[in-house]
Amino acid sequence: MNGPKTSVEVGGMGHNIKRKEDARFIRGQGKYTDDVVLPGMLHMDIVRSPYAYAKIKSINTDNAMAIPGVHAVITGEVLEGYNLHWMPTLMSDTQMVLPTDTVMYQSQEVAAVIADDRYIAADGVEAVEVEYEPMQAVVDPFKAMEADAPVLRTDKEGKTDNHIWHWETGDAEKTEEAFQAADVVVKEKVYLPRIHVASIETCGCVASFDPVEGKLTVWMTTQAPHAIRTVVALVAGHVGLSEEKIRIISPDIGGGFGGKVPVYPGYVIAIASSVVIGKPVKWVEDRSENLQADSFARDYHMDVELAASNSGKMEALRIKTVADHGYTDAAANPSKYPAGMFSICTGSYDIKNAFTEMDAYYTNKPPGGIAYRCSFRVTEAVHAIERIVDVLALKLGRDPADLRMQNFIQPEDFPYQSALGWEYDSGNYPRALKLAMEKIGYEELRREQKEKRERGELMGIGISSFTEIVGAGPSKDFDILGIKMFDSCELRIHPTGKAIARFGTKSQGQGHETTYAQILAEELGIPSSQIQIEEGDTDTAPYGLGTYASRSTPTAGAAAAKAAHKIREKARKIAAHLLEASEEDLEWEVGKFFVKGSPEQAKTIQEIAFAAYTNHPQGLEPGLEATHYYDPPNMTFPFGSYICVVDIDRKTGEIKIRRFVAIDDCGNIINPMIVEGQIHGGLTQGLAPAMYEELIYDEQGNILNGSFMDYLLPTSVETPNWETEQTITPSPHHPLGAKGVAESPTVGAPPAIANAVVDALSHLGVENIDIPITPFKVWQVFQEKGAAA
Amino acid sequence: MIPPPYEYLNPNQLSEAISLLQKHGEEAKILAGGHSLIPAMKLRFALPEYLIDISGIEGMDFLREEEGQLRIGAMSRESSLEESELISEKYPLLLDTAKMIADPQVRNMATVGGNLAHGDPANDHPAAMIALRARVVVEGPNGSREIGIDDFFTDFFTTALQNNEILTEIKIPAAPPNSGGSYQKIERKVGDYAAAAVACQLSFDAGGTIQQIGIGLTNVGPIPLRSNSAEDHLRGQIPDDSLIRESGRLAAEDCDPVDDLRGSAEYKRDLVNELTQRAIKISIERSERGS
Repeated sequence: MNGPKTSVEVGGMGHNIKRKEDARFIRGQGKYTDDVVLPGMLHMDIVRSPYAYAKIKSINTDNAMAIPGVHAVITGEVLEGYNLHWMPTLMSDTQMVLPTDTVMYQSQEVAAVIADDRYIAADGVEAVEVEYEPMQAVVDPFKAMEADAPVLRTDKEGKTDNHIWHWETGDAEKTEEAFQAADVVVKEKVYLPRIHVASIETCGCVASFDPVEGKLTVWMTTQAPHAIRTVVALVAGHVGLSEEKIRIISPDIGGGFGGKVPVYPGYVIAIASSVVIGKPVKWVEDRSENLQADSFARDYHMDVELAASNSGKMEALRIKTVADHGYTDAAANPSKYPAGMFSICTGSYDIKNAFTEMDAYYTNKPPGGIAYRCSFRVTEAVHAIERIVDVLALKLGRDPADLRMQNFIQPEDFPYQSALGWEYDSGNYPRALKLAMEKIGYEELRREQKEKRERGELMGIGISSFTEIVGAGPSKDFDILGIKMFDSCELRIHPTGKAIARFGTKSQGQGHETTYAQILAEELGIPSSQIQIEEGDTDTAPYGLGTYASRSTPTAGAAAAKAAHKIREKARKIAAHLLEASEEDLEWEVGKFFVKGSPEQAKTIQEIAFAAYTNHPQGLEPGLEATHYYDPPNMTFPFGSYICVVDIDRKTGEIKIRRFVAIDDCGNIINPMIVEGQIHGGLTQGLAPAMYEELIYDEQGNILNGSFMDYLLPTSVETPNWETEQTITPSPHHPLGAKGVAESPTVGAPPAIANAVVDALSHLGVENIDIPITPFKVWQVFQEKGAAA
Repeated sequence: MIPPPYEYLNPNQLSEAISLLQKHGEEAKILAGGHSLIPAMKLRFALPEYLIDISGIEGMDFLREEEGQLRIGAMSRESSLEESELISEKYPLLLDTAKMIADPQVRNMATVGGNLAHGDPANDHPAAMIALRARVVVEGPNGSREIGIDDFFTDFFTTALQNNEILTEIKIPAAPPNSGGSYQKIERKVGDYAAAAVACQLSFDAGGTIQQIGIGLTNVGPIPLRSNSAEDHLRGQIPDDSLIRESGRLAAEDCDPVDDLRGSAEYKRDLVNELTQRAIKISIERSERGS
């Protein structure tokens, strides 16, 4: 794409338009769930388990109920009376809303106190007396799989072990043959630790049941309001909540990153409380609850093997994974993909043989497996392949850039059929890596590293050339609880030529109010400043599956373009009527139809819109509206090449990221400034697990770092200067040639950093260090390898 | 913060604050900058029934040199150390320390007195005050008394401060000519407590011999520590690389760290060794620059 096609005034694709939503956000005028205040509203706080695994012997609520201002204490027994004490997860597993007899992880919800204000509710929580009988928790999935391990899910009839599911894909036999025949095989155990989505806003809701109308309205921190409405209707249909009487509103959301896709027990308890008490109930988690109890991400133990010829040609890839899902499988993957898009693990390389298998286990840890800023387990897959490629380079004595170049899928190979079944839409991997190498001065850095190594100084260069898979997804394969993963746009052009468009997605900071308007401006010539974008209210917006997994631009963005095309088709008829010309004689150029050969005979979209309401051709419906539900024909495959340079202190193990160059390719770009912001944010969320973040549990299942004192979120001080640039390889099947982008950097950054640190230490015999790579871990490597200075 | 109910008291006289302390005894807590107390109240670990806010009392926020002493009012905010010309010209150790405490927002509220009175071995000022050989002034019902810094920290989160006393001032011997100092801290991220940190303050005589030296250690024992053996090894010596190296080793021997999320005890000892050497070297550089 060579610069924007539209003028600055129209502000279509490619313009660096400041985000419309920032006007309210930077003034502190956003309206978040916790800003919702209703007359008579009550407040909820939750009693949580101090134990990871325990029998509940008794719950005494008398003292709590005696506190003035406490209205109710909701227990599992209370909910059982309505058959609401259990709920399904999005993966068709089951989860307690509140326990009746057993708690399965530390910080699990045990009871809820409903009170006049938040302070009284907290006092009530403290006054609830719960008697527990602790049991020996199973924390490690490798212990959970042992034959004599206690069976944790005794609620499941006939369950005799802690195994959840087995999943595999690829050709095991052919892959084994390729391994047998290969010159070189490298193997590595790679663990991607359990981490947490730490969005600025925690989760919460205001549930308001109107007993007269029988209507439930819920303001809720959810990335997928429409799906939630259907889930509530399915789960609570038996107590009289029917889908037309349920309204879910996602107001402004302070970051989601996948953590606001699941249905947490707190939402259900608040809804049930409101229905029972007949008053609005607000529940907003505090930071510790959010960190300790809400869905985790990652936690994959991967055995990765790569086979190659002596000349470096990659022949086969095999990955065997143990997935720790905690107490229940509460991931939010498409139904047919229990391990998400993990099968993108052949990455950017032409590997003809591949096989991957996975076994998921229950443990006494919080449930989850959510896709933290990653399109369903892609982070895990990318880390595995990008790490093992470096291990192979080390084994063969090859430069890791050179080895990647040799094995890349070539630009002319697209569309490319991967060994694990994906059709990659487009890419130019050598161009991205070459640009990254030029920008960072790769050859010179390698020379410097050689000199430094001779002087005993530790410097490393790490590369990650990843391929993402986003935009779920085509209806033939993609659904959640049976609902197909399309998305939608409903577009109305007003008589004066302005517009409003509503979508099934929900921005949590992605800037949809700006970018969707730019797409429509591009397609219709109506200035993007005059197009209002709305999302998140199920009573007004068209149905859609929401925003996660970088799917909004690939699905709803495409729906916007298609809806605009429908508008244009009708506009052509109206223009023909106004110009007294035949439709075939009209040509479209941004913002107007004109008669072929006489461009002065033209009608602007604004004139046409006015006519649609004042002077429409007889026989044609008046008005100018269109709706489109977009079912994508394929996923989109954004990619990039990152290079990271680190210097390591020989004494303290401290790691300094000296430079980080990120080349991203997300096809055609809607708003370059927003894309750059997305990449900066994503890179920082890639830095976080690479060097700082991990949820740590002891053998009893106690979380050891349950607050931001010890769960280390990097700040601007820790964040290096990101040097970003783009290449553009349009998607051939997306109406705008666009791909998703926001997750690429989160997925791509961790292996670049890990590879750089390992590269700095590889001459000491280091092949892999699991993230997060801390100074203490590096110091331990010094001790172990006898390299202490 | 969602604490249980408590009563907020804001006296404007020190004497009034002390009588409130006497009246309410263990049920009362002094609120200075609040950056240790409020997090504990938020988690309902600290459950005071009375909060006695001393920020309204005149004359507790000052910073001046007089009669051979640097005098720091207990209510001086950390940020005022950072902004003080006196501190940045003559007390680089204090400047280093103030800059390493938490983050700017915290430093705008947190006080030097509170940082000491909390008795947390992970706080940064205690080691600096040990290196500077400070004296702490406390006021109680029977008037004021001074406590040497080495007698102030008595046990884990415990100080020589009585229940009815308030820390009012810190006195530090004025830095003689040809002195320098440094605070070296390893933290996991900005705002974290130290995995280990070392404070050094030293001064030379005209012949280049170390006349005075103080070395304090942060978060490597149940209380903030002084490394006597490292100090003894350097005092009266003209420092060279091997003396400095040995001092690092001795400081590492003097400390008593435990394994935790910040690393193993062995790692922390190794950090103390390295950071001691770095703190000494930088202190020497700074003293020469000052001379």
